[in-house]
Amino acid sequence: MGQDSPLLSVEHVSKDFYGNVVLEDVCFQLRAGEILGLVGENGAGKTTLMRILFGMPVIAETGGYKGGVCLDGEEVRFASPFDALDAGIGMVHQEFSLIPGFTTTENIVLNREAMRGSVLNAVFGERMSALDRAAMKGKAESAIARLGVKLDPDMLVSEMPVGHKEFTEIAREINREKTKLLVLDEPTAVLTESEADILLKTLRKLADQGIAIIFISHRLHEVVELADRIVVLRDGGVVKDLPNEGVSVRDIASWMVGRSVAADRAASADGRRIGDEILKVEGLWVDMPGEPVDGASFSVRQGEIFGIGGLAGQGKLGIPNGIMGLYPAGGEVSFRGKTVPLNAPRTALETGLAFVSEDRRGVGLLLDESLEWNVSFTAMQIQGKYLKSILGGLVRYRDEAAMRKLTQEYIELLDIKCTGPEQKAKQLSGGNQQKICLAKAFALKPDLLFVSEPTRGIDVGAKKLVLDTIKRYNRDYGTTIVMVSSELEELRSVCDRVAIVDEGGIAGILPPTAEPAEFGLLMSGVSPTGAGPAGGEPDGAKEARRA
Amino acid sequence: MPDLKQTVAEFGWPRVIIFLFLVALFVLAPFVGVRLDDSLTNVLNRFGQNAVFVLAMVPMIQSGCGLNFGLSLGIIAGLLGGILSGQLGLAGAAGFFGAIALASPFAVLLGLGYGKLLNKVKGEEMTIAMYVGFASVMFMCIMWLVLPFSNPTMIWGYGGKGLRTTISVEKFYRGVLNNFLMIKAGEHLRIPTGTLLFDALCAYLMWGFLKTRTGTAVTAVGSNPDYARASGLSVDRMRTVSVVISTFLGAVGILVYQQSYGFMQLYGAPLQMPFAAVAAILIGGASVNKASMLNVILGTFLFQGLLTMTPSVINAALQTDMSEVVRLIVSNGIIVYALTRKTRVAK
Ligand SMILES: Nc1ncnc2c1ncn2[C@@H]1O[C@H](COP(=O)(O)OP(=O)(O)OP(=O)(O)O)[C@@H](O)[C@H]1O
Ligand SMILES: [Mg+2]
Repeated sequence: MGQDSPLLSVEHVSKDFYGNVVLEDVCFQLRAGEILGLVGENGAGKTTLMRILFGMPVIAETGGYKGGVCLDGEEVRFASPFDALDAGIGMVHQEFSLIPGFTTTENIVLNREAMRGSVLNAVFGERMSALDRAAMKGKAESAIARLGVKLDPDMLVSEMPVGHKEFTEIAREINREKTKLLVLDEPTAVLTESEADILLKTLRKLADQGIAIIFISHRLHEVVELADRIVVLRDGGVVKDLPNEGVSVRDIASWMVGRSVAADRAASADGRRIGDEILKVEGLWVDMPGEPVDGASFSVRQGEIFGIGGLAGQGKLGIPNGIMGLYPAGGEVSFRGKTVPLNAPRTALETGLAFVSEDRRGVGLLLDESLEWNVSFTAMQIQGKYLKSILGGLVRYRDEAAMRKLTQEYIELLDIKCTGPEQKAKQLSGGNQQKICLAKAFALKPDLLFVSEPTRGIDVGAKKLVLDTIKRYNRDYGTTIVMVSSELEELRSVCDRVAIVDEGGIAGILPPTAEPAEFGLLMSGVSPTGAGPAGGEPDGAKEARRA
Repeated sequence: MPDLKQTVAEFGWPRVIIFLFLVALFVLAPFVGVRLDDSLTNVLNRFGQNAVFVLAMVPMIQSGCGLNFGLSLGIIAGLLGGILSGQLGLAGAAGFFGAIALASPFAVLLGLGYGKLLNKVKGEEMTIAMYVGFASVMFMCIMWLVLPFSNPTMIWGYGGKGLRTTISVEKFYRGVLNNFLMIKAGEHLRIPTGTLLFDALCAYLMWGFLKTRTGTAVTAVGSNPDYARASGLSVDRMRTVSVVISTFLGAVGILVYQQSYGFMQLYGAPLQMPFAAVAAILIGGASVNKASMLNVILGTFLFQGLLTMTPSVINAALQTDMSEVVRLIVSNGIIVYALTRKTRVAK
């Protein structure tokens, strides 16, 4: 595994945001060709540490950091990401940093040019014209091929599904020759399991070529599978730094949270009442870029947790987005027997539907506003809650006290790590932002809740918490839940029935107890003999099955 | 001293520097023969005249339409209201409030159209707004000539047709607000209490509006339109609401300005006014997508203070009249500085 002197050594790094300490005396080393798995709970400081390594401006803007970072034995202190790139560090951020109006090719190749030289527009433009398009495309295609995935080199980023965006970013980073150290902050969070497998293989190949890799993930099995060494962060400090030998997922999880985590699968037979059909969808089509739906039909029963799975790009995400009116849609949707007009977000919300979007930074959050606003806004607008009368009812103001109380409740309920309800949403770590999105939907007290990728980017402890909260919500309030997720295991552990989407339609519906292989067959487009009457429902056979 | 440094950083270096500069000017003034009470009266007057214009920037900034470079549209509505009120022979408080009432329908209609246009050009609002402002002022240059007004104090003496470039409001509503409860101290110090109270009332109403459900929605639309849409709001509607309010405040603003300044200025005059308001709110610490009442008050005070004090002190010190040049350099310099610093929309 490379030479003996470390490529990277992080020495006594500490960082606080206005007095809130998020990293304390962090030390670790990394050799060339080594893969370091960095794990920790939401808000443990992983992203912050990587931002320090990469010279991100937020760090300097919030007062810099203490301690040092040595690359190849020399102390470095990058003034900007460009310096870090010059020094051979590549980074795939937890949040995308692609240019939406550019194609896959342009993003992969152009950014690389920009990294080499200057960022000056004039220079940039010159280089553009000096490059010929065919060569650019060739380079991009070879990078994509190296990843081993299928990406359209001419697709615009703004029209891509999230999984493709992730691969585009990774392709951009691995395509740079100089890269010595590659940092990946939760690269697999938005990928399906098979896509993630491809990525892990690629990373191993890169490491064998001598590139050192820091890999951050909440999918601990990936870390166990891939990493040479594992560093566990808890509350900003390194609690474990050990070679990956005989380490189990359970071990890591307990180091992360500082107590042992039970990997139980709660039995779902807990006296819930599943009633009659509440939501009926027939021939739904949705024009959502990258996730088109074409003729999906299914029905959901009152009080049930209905799962929707499938590979990325097949349309599972399009279903809730279409029903909630966020993308152009058509077909028949009825809720409690009444038709839900499509393409009308307000009516959908007023009918008692709510949605936790998979795109939390784009659609889910008001990043520049406080948590209070984020949690209570939709309920205020749709249901007139959290307003108080002024001047004898003439005018109604925001009831900030009530908003604060509500937010505080959810902060406690969902264990959201923040400095308080007034903190800005953008200052929260990725996983905690996800919890805020859930809180927003819960605050609506909906009759039916769509949750799209609810556990994307959140740690093991929090994942259980979120899934339990969803289940509890379902049980206590009888809220019907439709959960869309890329993680089959998650769907199987929570849902009463799981539908698999393939090519824009429902390929089949299975009970959670069905064999994983059966799900796999549905996903691959083959309809197995067993899939049909789902969850022992006699009317399940009526579900439209597409050829 | 990290605490002091942090406080200053939050307040913003540019504001601190301008504030210190202003203090220096006040300290310097008596030495070059500029009376302090005179200066103070001037600054307060100009603050009173301009605060509503600056306030007019707030709703559109909050809704994500950016800085209202097309404020001239509202100013035109206000001018129409003022002229109509004069034509009808209204005077005093009735003249002033009558003018606001008469200006309102114009402001609302123009605002609706302007809002609709801005909704079609999302992302380019500020450029288009600037064109709208210029075009409307030019169009009105023709209209002022051909509109059939007949009050002899308002039309050209010769020919008996077309409105004058400057019309005295002495007989209409001059000083309606300024003289209300005016505080006179000594020979020179005059505090235009009424105007300041009226400004405060407008600011209070705006503050209140931003706390209502609609106001909250407007802010959310500016913060993240996709979020707002997913929350069931019509993004275009909220943006239009903000544009109408801004245009209406432009109309009120020009009337407040006139009653204090003493003249209506037609033709090319409304062209430059939006820039001063833009500069003031930027100095006040607003960004292109967030503005507060504090930004308005601080910005108006700092900008108008600078604009009043710099020329008078420099003129007195250098014994030449460079006031116009200095004024132009200061105000445009600030706009350029502020725009280069603040146009990065955080998203
Ligand atoms: N710009 C900021 N201002 C203030 N606090 C911040 C800022 N950025 C991050 N923080 C805080 O720093 C802490 C660590 O955040 P970080 O993003 O590093 O967590 P993380 O380990 O990456 O978590 P996750 O797994 O959820 O992504 C969090 O409590 C967060 O609220
Ligand atoms: Mg993170």
